[in-house]
Amino acid sequence: MIHSVFIINRSGGLTYNKNYTQQVAQLTSNEALIFAGTFHGIHALASRISPALKGSAARDLGIQTIDTKGFRLHCFQTPTGIKFIAVADLMHASLADVLSKAYRLYCDYALKNPFYNLEMPIRSDMFDAMLLELVQEN
Amino acid sequence: MAKQYKAVGEEAWKNIEKANAELFIFTYGSLVVQLVKDYEDYGAVNKQLDKMGYNIGVRMADDILARTGLERCPDFHATAEVISKVGFKVFLNITPTITGWSTDSKEFSLILDDNPLNDFCELPPKAVQDGLWYSNILCGVIRGALEMMQMQVEVHFVRDVLRGDDTSEIRVKLVRLLDEEVPAGDD
Repeated sequence: MIHSVFIINRSGGLTYNKNYTQQVAQLTSNEALIFAGTFHGIHALASRISPALKGSAARDLGIQTIDTKGFRLHCFQTPTGIKFIAVADLMHASLADVLSKAYRLYCDYALKNPFYNLEMPIRSDMFDAMLLELVQEN
Repeated sequence: MAKQYKAVGEEAWKNIEKANAELFIFTYGSLVVQLVKDYEDYGAVNKQLDKMGYNIGVRMADDILARTGLERCPDFHATAEVISKVGFKVFLNITPTITGWSTDSKEFSLILDDNPLNDFCELPPKAVQDGLWYSNILCGVIRGALEMMQMQVEVHFVRDVLRGDDTSEIRVKLVRLLDEEVPAGDD
């Protein structure tokens, strides 16, 4: 059960956030922006302090999951710097494949929309609908 | 490594939705015709095509990455391979040959044996004289896509069959790598 999805652009701004259940806290838009910026920051810090080898395959060294007693937060960073975040319950060990599918939906419904300006918040009914479908499948 | 990119490109090409080639070619042709009518200066048309290609390219990079799950390339040689065997393959179903590497591995050429955009196209002599690069949108696309991958490049046509040369050649030159931005302190 996926509670919410966030998409953060390359500069740390919030591009998209949506809650899918009532159990998760309903963030105000300000809080959501602060969350996005904070996460962007700690994700960058995590890749900097990582002891793993910096090399060709070492792109996504940042945070992949954050575990708490109540939920697990999954993050998928694309090679272009966009982060897809899902807050889900502890049932799922890794939502990386779901987030890759969300990346595909972002490419198809947000990027291919000529009126969508890059890095700006996504306002697309089709994107909302397809993402809802994807979330409900899990 | 080349084999692996070729396989990735073919796989992605198989799964992608296809559009009618003639529709695309003729739409592009009428686009160029309209630009020529509006600007009346072939140099300005070239610039505009490059700009349009740039806007397409910045979105295309994510599209390719989402479809293929590729990670960042280890060096510029791999980048060239991906552009040719994955990028061009998935979107135009051609694989340009990569040649003309400079000694510092910062420049290369893409030789397009059969550019589908050139089908059904003939340039009037004035266009050839004034330096119109008909498929200049491709240069913009490469420039935009690579900029999303943190590489600043200069891309331009060197030869074009529509201008009477034997093949079409695009020269790609790496200017510099753009450093990733550290997150700003406050919004």
